Amino acid sequence: MIARLIANYLVLVWLYCGAAYGEVAVAIGYLEQIEPQPPVLSNLDPIPENEGLAGAELGLKDNATTGRFLKQTYSLETRIVDEGGDFESAARELLSLTPFIIVKAPQEKLLALADLPEAEGAILFNASAPDVDLRGNACRRNILHTLPSRAMLTDALAQFGVRKKWTDWVVISGPNPKDKAYADALQKSAQKFGVRIREVKEWDVDADMRRNAFQELPLFTQDFPEHDLLIVADETDDFGRYVPFSTWEPRPVAGTEGLVATAWDRTVEQWGAAQLQNRFEEEADRPMRPVDYASWVAMRALGEAVTRTNQAEPGVIREYLLSDKFELAGFKGRPLTFRTWNGQMRQPIPLVHPRAVATQAPLEGFLHQRTELDTLGIDEAESACTAFGE
Amino acid sequence: MRILWQIAGLAMGMGLSVAVADEIWVSNEKDDTISVIDIETLEVVRTIEVGERPRGITFAIDHSVLYLCASDSDTVQVIDPETGKVLHELPSGEDPEQFVLHPDNRHLYIANEDDAITTVVDTETRKVIAQIDVGIEPEGMAVSPDGDIAITTSETTNMAHWIDTKTQELFANTIVDQRPRHAEFTHDGTELWVSSEIGGTITVFDRASQEEKAKINFEIQGIHPDRVQPVGFEMTKDGKHVFVALGPSNHVAVVDPKTYEVTDYILVGRRVWHMSFNGDESLLFTTNGVSGDVTVIDVEKLEPIKSIKVGRFPWGAAYRPTN
Repeated sequence: MIARLIANYLVLVWLYCGAAYGEVAVAIGYLEQIEPQPPVLSNLDPIPENEGLAGAELGLKDNATTGRFLKQTYSLETRIVDEGGDFESAARELLSLTPFIIVKAPQEKLLALADLPEAEGAILFNASAPDVDLRGNACRRNILHTLPSRAMLTDALAQFGVRKKWTDWVVISGPNPKDKAYADALQKSAQKFGVRIREVKEWDVDADMRRNAFQELPLFTQDFPEHDLLIVADETDDFGRYVPFSTWEPRPVAGTEGLVATAWDRTVEQWGAAQLQNRFEEEADRPMRPVDYASWVAMRALGEAVTRTNQAEPGVIREYLLSDKFELAGFKGRPLTFRTWNGQMRQPIPLVHPRAVATQAPLEGFLHQRTELDTLGIDEAESACTAFGE
Repeated sequence: MRILWQIAGLAMGMGLSVAVADEIWVSNEKDDTISVIDIETLEVVRTIEVGERPRGITFAIDHSVLYLCASDSDTVQVIDPETGKVLHELPSGEDPEQFVLHPDNRHLYIANEDDAITTVVDTETRKVIAQIDVGIEPEGMAVSPDGDIAITTSETTNMAHWIDTKTQELFANTIVDQRPRHAEFTHDGTELWVSSEIGGTITVFDRASQEEKAKINFEIQGIHPDRVQPVGFEMTKDGKHVFVALGPSNHVAVVDPKTYEVTDYILVGRRVWHMSFNGDESLLFTTNGVSGDVTVIDVEKLEPIKSIKVGRFPWGAAYRPTN
């Protein structure tokens, strides 16, 4: 029996070695639509211009180092479209060069790209749009998502609340549609994990919080019902920073402020992450942000598929990425893989505050028959995505 | 000090037993110290202050000095094991993480984690004699018993890089599973084993052909495979067992190196990382990073017998005979 197993194995090894490494050249596109930034109260922490691109560039370097030993080469084609610029032309131009594109663009632009006839059979990596819909009704066969969905982030937060027994929440939601989307995701997560959202208040104070936070916020939060956690839904980083330490009740703040569930943060240092942070800082001269991480992961996932298959044909790459052979070491302590029902990358979600990682979801005790990572975000049974079914 | 030794000498001359037990030296990554464990009493008897972020730790073949990777000090420290004093430092390249001493007892092969380089240092002239470009985040280091081949594994490139120690050049690069952490040749030198932390496997290569010969998987009931992460491992000289640290699963696997089958799992401390045998290989000492302790395993019974509190994030362990 063992002898036969070994014999089989030897045949496999022989077949494997038969597929010797030939030269493979892979072009990868990076396509960005610059979005208008809404005005925010504070001038601190401007969003870096090369957010996303810097991650893709580091991933390219990482891929190239591996490729050097295997006669595989990688190149990056970048198109950045100004506000009001011609996104479609840039998309078509890139698609004429490569079927692999990392995209930093809002949902509607990403979908326009995915629905171009030239994009059929391409692999588009969504590195910046957290919209739950993109993983559900609006999913596309040719889009893989390396950025976590909002649902994954708010599920992480809900797990945290349950674990701490801080299950009574109140929410301050900003006026931006992104804030509303975040607040919606909070509602679903609360329902899923048994958290009570006792009140949602919309942020409507028109004052400059740099002067008035200490006077305004106690009034604004005074009539909230009893709660354990105050959740801020402020994705555009407008008023959230003025909430902690100014509330009526002494309660911790979480959401997009205080304790934040995120794809990546400069405070992530476990699981060898310090090395990735160092490499990134050396290249970009600033800390790595979630969209940088999602772009880096996209580049590395593609590189990994090319390394293992020794091919750059999009059909082969897509099949490999969605197979159980694919796994990526992404410095979060567990292998990263793609969900086969909607193309979302499974990943742990760090819960961070400005100085450290508090913990990482999935938290202990949240179980799932497939993998605990699937307790975060849309699970197969509830998925409205049909584009991935065959 | 000398007087003490004379008394000890006198005691030995008189046929009395002397309480100088063998030791296990443990590097504490987040304490900048080494904990020295007395093998007889299984207690920490000395704590030695060293450079920043100590990780790789190994003695010279004659145990006359200790070599230590002080990663954040960007140096390899050479330490007198009697006094615990740093004698001098070796140039190591940036961020040395792990290294291996060549059987010639002279050349250190050092993985420079942040630089994608393996540095070769002559410990006598204290000079760098070669730097070899390898994959990203080199970590695991091994050398064949005959000294002909050195190995570096790279965590993000996912390869074992085979170095010809005569030319100091790469002659083969073999792919392994995600995030290779540690490499060892078998004692007879015919196989190379490489552990992959995120891949959850050990890949066994035939040394002569550099071809993959076997793959070992691990499975612990009640623990998701994602958390079963092989890191450091050690092989007994009698060829009976390979002990494999499985990181956050808090277990050490026992592998039969002839069949490549896992025969047992032993519960140890949290995030078990590296390990070392004592001289006759009756005891195994594992470093448990998160719980900050060392588990002592009875090799005959395959059972944990004690855990010993050491510094913060114990990383590596090395055996020192004193008699």
